[in-house]
Amino acid sequence: MSDSIIKLTAAETAAKIASGELTAVEVTEAHLARIEAVDEKVHAFLHVDREGALAQARAVDAKRAAGEKLGPLAGVPLALKDIFTTEGIPTTVGSKILEGWIPPYDATVTKRLKDADVVILGKTNMDEFAMGSSTENSAYGPTGNPWDLTRIPGGSGGGSSAALAAFEAPLAIGTDTGGSIRQPAAVTGTVGVKPTYGGVSRYGMVAFSSSLDQGGPCARTVLDAALLHEAIAGHDPLDSTSIDAPVPPVVEAARNGSVAGMRVGVVKQFRGEGYQAGVVQRFDESVELLRKLGATVVELDCPSFDLALSAYYLIAPSECSSNLARFDAMRYGLRVGDDGTRSAEEVTAITREEGFGDEVKRRVILGTYALSSGYYDAYYGSAQKVRTLITRDFERAFEEVDVIVSPTTPTTAFPIGERADDPMAMYLADLCTIPTNLAGNAAMSLPCGLAPEDGLPVGLQIIAPAMKDDRLYKVGAAVEAAFVEQWGHPLLEEAPSL
Amino acid sequence: MTVTDLVPYDDALAAYDPVMGLEVHVELGTKTKMFCGCSTELGADANSQTCPTCLGLPGSLPVVNAVGVESAVKIGLALHCEIAEWCRFARKNYFYPDMPKNFQTSQYDEPIAFDGYLDVQLEDGEVFRVEIERAHMEEDTGKSTHVGGATGRIHGASHSLLDYNRAGIPLIEIVTKPIEGAGERAPEVAKAYVAELRELIKALGVSEARMEMGQMRCDVNLSLRPKGRQEFGTRSETKNVNSLRSVERAARFEIQRHAAVLSSGGTIVQETRHFHEEDGSTTAGRIKDNAEDYRYFPEPDLVPVAPPREWVEELRSTLPELPRVRRNRLREEWGVSEHDMQSILNAGAIGPIVATIEAGADAAAARKWWMGELARNANETGRPLEGLPITPAQVARVAELVKGGDLNDKLARQVIEGVLAGEGDPDTVVEKRGLKVVSDEGALTTAVEEAIAGNPAIADKIRGGKVAAAGALVGAVMKATRGQADAARVKELILAQLGVEG
Amino acid sequence: MPGITREEVAHLARLARLELKAEELEHFAGQLDDILGAVARVSEVAGQDVPPTSHPLPMTNVMRADEVRPSLTPEQALSGAPAQEQQRFKVPQILGED
Ligand SMILES: [Mg+2]
Ligand SMILES: [Zn+2]
Repeated sequence: MSDSIIKLTAAETAAKIASGELTAVEVTEAHLARIEAVDEKVHAFLHVDREGALAQARAVDAKRAAGEKLGPLAGVPLALKDIFTTEGIPTTVGSKILEGWIPPYDATVTKRLKDADVVILGKTNMDEFAMGSSTENSAYGPTGNPWDLTRIPGGSGGGSSAALAAFEAPLAIGTDTGGSIRQPAAVTGTVGVKPTYGGVSRYGMVAFSSSLDQGGPCARTVLDAALLHEAIAGHDPLDSTSIDAPVPPVVEAARNGSVAGMRVGVVKQFRGEGYQAGVVQRFDESVELLRKLGATVVELDCPSFDLALSAYYLIAPSECSSNLARFDAMRYGLRVGDDGTRSAEEVTAITREEGFGDEVKRRVILGTYALSSGYYDAYYGSAQKVRTLITRDFERAFEEVDVIVSPTTPTTAFPIGERADDPMAMYLADLCTIPTNLAGNAAMSLPCGLAPEDGLPVGLQIIAPAMKDDRLYKVGAAVEAAFVEQWGHPLLEEAPSL
Repeated sequence: MTVTDLVPYDDALAAYDPVMGLEVHVELGTKTKMFCGCSTELGADANSQTCPTCLGLPGSLPVVNAVGVESAVKIGLALHCEIAEWCRFARKNYFYPDMPKNFQTSQYDEPIAFDGYLDVQLEDGEVFRVEIERAHMEEDTGKSTHVGGATGRIHGASHSLLDYNRAGIPLIEIVTKPIEGAGERAPEVAKAYVAELRELIKALGVSEARMEMGQMRCDVNLSLRPKGRQEFGTRSETKNVNSLRSVERAARFEIQRHAAVLSSGGTIVQETRHFHEEDGSTTAGRIKDNAEDYRYFPEPDLVPVAPPREWVEELRSTLPELPRVRRNRLREEWGVSEHDMQSILNAGAIGPIVATIEAGADAAAARKWWMGELARNANETGRPLEGLPITPAQVARVAELVKGGDLNDKLARQVIEGVLAGEGDPDTVVEKRGLKVVSDEGALTTAVEEAIAGNPAIADKIRGGKVAAAGALVGAVMKATRGQADAARVKELILAQLGVEG
Repeated sequence: MPGITREEVAHLARLARLELKAEELEHFAGQLDDILGAVARVSEVAGQDVPPTSHPLPMTNVMRADEVRPSLTPEQALSGAPAQEQQRFKVPQILGED
């Protein structure tokens, strides 16, 4: 019974709760039991809010009993990346510096989830301050990929993607600064969407790189992602960069998947050296499939994309060096070395040294360098110019095509520890996802099969222009349906049981 | 640094030419903070006006206060500045515990207003044009209290306590271009500039600009160059000079100090300095070395501000009469000299006088009381005129009682003293203290007769034609009536009694 | 591109308030050198005529009305404080100013 509950999609779960076939409490208990059973191995969660989740589930059941109309995700459990503030529930951002911090306020995303009667099971593991592509940078230990626990689940939102792939939750929330939703989705065989920048409020989402960060939905199906997208998106007056316009019709698009008559772009910069053969093979098959489904495929040249990674590794560290300055041991979080003789300045420096991990320190120093006088123009300034070039490449591309497709990430999940002390190798994981963050448009990753050489999931990335998020779902739903038909079942069915 | 090291002011000016730069921070009088909806009301409990944004909690974001921007544009327009068509906020990165995010959200190379000027009038009526470099928007810091040190100062304190109620209150920073050519009048120009700016800010209604409450703070940058040289010398920056008088004194002190250092062959260190109210001196603060790297970059959490031109023009058309224009109008209405008007301005008395006139007093009387008795009291007690516990209406009432002959000047002063002491409004003080002019002729005549009888020798002198001697008898009568008589009438009565022509 | 030195890393760490250990200085100097070497080419490609992009979307004039919203209670504000006294955040002695 409980096994059948946890394998349901979010849409199915909500329908069964709405019809009375299942109660929200049953659904929640089934997922809490699953977490209990497997999370010791997977380590997707940093904090499980058993009581809060059950209370929320009971409230949904009471609402239904009282005859109130339930929302489309009422009673569906969700795993929330530990980067969103949750009033009364610890929020660590995967960092020791915030260990034990209990925020006095809810992020807008948290609030909208609660308003939608989504049951928040707990907070998921992540690379510290979302800096990483493997979740190995968490101060609380790595998360395992449910396909192979010795491999990384992607990052920074590895906890969220692993929770989905391990059937610990049908929905999750991630954040994507350079690929942190899409790359984990790709390597775990799940779906992840980075909405248009400004589509989902950043209020209460602990900032890594403000001009790149974007929260978004993670799920096992395209429709589930759309339902979650709709629940969390929309204008928020508390976020100045939030778009004041209607949310693109993502759910409608997901229910009406089609690529017939669409022009699909393939960018020549998204292949070549460093791409795993099996990844390229699955990607080429996906392009073939799109053609078969009625799309016209167009070759595109976006020369500035070759500079995206470089620009990203200047802009993101610069903004993070400033965003993370507030962690100074004065108002909240860790304080080390306050022995009554040391100055505030010394205590701040000692605390930051102890509280931050290597990757965070590396980026803070890099960003401090890129912004410092004498280097600003060459580094930060130039990177922002590259950003303009990338945006122009996208604009030109979208004059010719409706969406662009690419592999989500050049390789499948690599073994934990393999790239841990080689930052440059680690950064390559985000090669295909970063241009979208720099330009601010929308992108999705969904499974497109297993790489023949290692049997691990491969992700297909779909990229749409800003505020055309619905196109991701329209194309994604069509591709998903075709693949499931081809495979005879969803890809995750092939994952080993835990 | 002791005062004895200073070069006499005139000697300093004989050898050197001062160049000044003034940076004034004005706290806006908005209801809420610059980037969050917390109240800016003064006097609240510590940390009761804070939220995730102004505490810099993880995840919080800023949203710009529309009135903050509007105020900045108004100030820019009143300073004859250009208003940027498009500008951004920037982050100024440095660590300090009173700054919750460890960066100040400010503006850097794209200020909302730039290239303006403010004409200031000196005491002799000369008008000096101070060029404005820029006016930009930023936010205030929290307030720290230092505990454990001997004097509550930071030095020697064991720890500090932080209250973030003030953190995030909107500030407009107004920066002048280098002020050259003021010569010996540099300190006077500095003071007049700050005074004029304060009047302007108040007239715009964007802030009360009360310096004593820290709502307006001035940093005085000063350097000297040998007479005839073009390049500027090294400057010092005296921080947070919080009264008009102090601005003048700080500039003067720094001129003398710089001259002392330079003329003895030394070099000026570029540093911040602190001004000391007690003796008008400054002492060294932080040295501005190259470690000071603010790493400014455009604030990614805020979108650019692009004031629409129509809106700017609309604001321009609603600007109030500017203070100097208004002052010249009032000066003519009141019939006072340029010099007197300048003193009135410096005393911060224009507002109170106008209000007192509006409450019914005539201009001369209103001016007399505010610039006399009340200015003296304000000076002695170290309060601004507007901070005295007396209202313009009460002053107008005192003037009315004098005009009607119910009080003479001496009694009126006592009434004012009573009001200031919290004894109630003027009529109550008159009542309680029994301060009415004795106008009962019978009682006065008796007092005069008694005075003549008691001083026969003086009476004789007067009878003999020494009218001046009547003063002594007037004094005696005034003493007998405890000052409650009209001295002129007393003199008339004495002369009449003694049969002498006045 | 001149190599980034240990001293430079130490200076940056001071600016960023990180009390780095000696071996970290060494380690980061090498890594930063690699990273900067790899990303430095942005300056070669980005021409003078290209305007920089600081915000991904072209929005302007997002403002809020000057209306008071509820603040946190002082208890909430101080709830995460490592130390507090008299309803204020208690911090070690502050150097630098005065
Ligand atoms: Mg400033
Ligand atoms: Zn606030």
